[in-house]
Amino acid sequence: MDYALVLIIQALSSIAMLILISIGLAIMFGMMKVINFAHGEFLMIGAYTSVMSVNAGVNFWVATFIVAPLSVAVVGLVVERLIIRYLYGRLIETMLATWGLSLLLMGAVTVIFGNTVTGISAPLGSVHIGAYSTSIYELVLIFFAAALTVGSAVFLKMTDIGLVARAAMQNPDITAVLGFDPNRIYCVTFVIGAAITGLAGALIAPLTGVSPGMGLAFVAKAFITVICAGPAVIVGSALVATTFGVVNTIVTFVATPVFGEVALLLSAIVLLRVMPNGLTSRFKRGAL
Amino acid sequence: MSVNTGAAGLKSLPAAQGFMGEGLVAGLVLAIAAAAALGFPFVADLYTTINATIFVSLCVLSLSLGLVWGYGGIFCLGQAAFFGLGGYSYAIAAINFDSTSMGVLCSLGVPMVFSAALGYFIFWGRIGDVYVGVITLTVSLIFSQLLNGSAGDNYVIGQVPLGGFNGIPSTPQLTLPGAADALSPEAIFGIAVICLALAYIVCRLFLASRAGKVMIAIRENETRAELLGYDSRIIKLITFILGAGIAGTAGMLFANCLTVTPNMFSLSNTAQIVIWVLIGGRGTLLGPLLGCLFIQLLSTKLGTSGVLNPELLLGAILIFFVMFVPSGLAPALQDAFARIVRRTRRG
Repeated sequence: MDYALVLIIQALSSIAMLILISIGLAIMFGMMKVINFAHGEFLMIGAYTSVMSVNAGVNFWVATFIVAPLSVAVVGLVVERLIIRYLYGRLIETMLATWGLSLLLMGAVTVIFGNTVTGISAPLGSVHIGAYSTSIYELVLIFFAAALTVGSAVFLKMTDIGLVARAAMQNPDITAVLGFDPNRIYCVTFVIGAAITGLAGALIAPLTGVSPGMGLAFVAKAFITVICAGPAVIVGSALVATTFGVVNTIVTFVATPVFGEVALLLSAIVLLRVMPNGLTSRFKRGAL
Repeated sequence: MSVNTGAAGLKSLPAAQGFMGEGLVAGLVLAIAAAAALGFPFVADLYTTINATIFVSLCVLSLSLGLVWGYGGIFCLGQAAFFGLGGYSYAIAAINFDSTSMGVLCSLGVPMVFSAALGYFIFWGRIGDVYVGVITLTVSLIFSQLLNGSAGDNYVIGQVPLGGFNGIPSTPQLTLPGAADALSPEAIFGIAVICLALAYIVCRLFLASRAGKVMIAIRENETRAELLGYDSRIIKLITFILGAGIAGTAGMLFANCLTVTPNMFSLSNTAQIVIWVLIGGRGTLLGPLLGCLFIQLLSTKLGTSGVLNPELLLGAILIFFVMFVPSGLAPALQDAFARIVRRTRRG
């Protein structure tokens, strides 16, 4: 019984991880059709700023919720103004340019901090479940992943700003006629996506460790999750993350972690073959 | 009657001329390759020769994506997978059958059969461009994951341990059938150059053929090509398989210089191939070769000098090209050349 509970927590934590690494990308891709391949590096910068701030004596939660999102938002703003805004509407070109950006940022961080792995220990300690123990931080992470998903979906669906953002996504010309500058909306959306990515990076930093190449481990998975989500990105990403997380945990439990990862990737391929436009492509139009 | 044959003769004339031209180019390319294969080892030392062989194998790899993406318009991020598959199958078959000829055959056959299965899955599912990229990328990642986790005694094919992260050491060097000794590095360099020339000629012939022209039509407008009665699925599949075969050959040549490791399947390797083709120029065959050589020389220089982080510069170059030279080096050079010619003529 205890073991089953631990297994469920593991599955939830694996889902939470997927949601955290892909939600920023989901906002960027879903809203603006921008595949940001430097997403992994945005996570990495978020993680780095958080670790650096904590090492400099800043409180962990302040570093995670304020310093990291703000720094990555600034990076996102610079990137959007300098590169992305010239490439809107060209999916593959954006992807390649941000791939270059990814290498650039990785190289820059390597030059500044060196190619080493650093980290901070997870706060909050651990809790016992029968004979097993699990870290409280992992449970907190699950909560934050859920909160971020619901928050983003509600923000886009219920607020005026979200409405304008979705309108700009659907038809930029009409939105411009109605008095909203699509370029500004795109810029703001990109920066918000970057900030959320920074937050996610800071949140996962205690679990994964921090190194210049850490983004590489996440970008492909985030990319796959978002692409498999389909038109309703936020809800879709959460659903896809749930599917992949469960598959990963079960196969890891039955076989080894390596096969767990492989099963995750295989299920992505099968999903795209069965539903070539993503999991939520059959949802009614206009759904988010 | 005679008019009819005359007309038929006229119609087939340009095509025949085209193929004759291809023959001429093929002869020329082979002659240059032979000269390079024989001459280069005399002017370079052993280390440079082996390094050059690696470069040539990467050029073959670059050429394969140049065909599949540059001409076929298939945004394939799985060339690294075929490259790695080629390398691994060469190593495994060469050791198991104790014959490098079998290794060469497998390095061609395994990626092609695998790509046929994968391509059937993708193209008959009518999966769109970015999604093709994701699926092929995922396949590369699966191989990378699997092989990285293949350390230990449980993962053995025949008598070859897969070796996990370290790959398969002591890959046998190419041996001519019937010969007792393995070829020297100089001879392997020669074979690599000839392979590159052959791959180039195969690509040119394919592009000159009917299937190649349909492939370009599909890249330009798939719906229109389909409405004209061409089956885009089979043409794309052929392109995909051809590309996989060439990438497999590249893997085989690579395995003759370095050990095969899961790194061949890695994301950074995938990125590199795309960068070569993008910088060299899509829609050309020489462009990807240029791009590959340019980037490889640059990163080797930077790697040894240690002045600048190679990734930093590579990233900057990639961004620069996407934003300012989106067509790539080869077409840009062509344009510049044409402009100079026009100006001198006018003046």
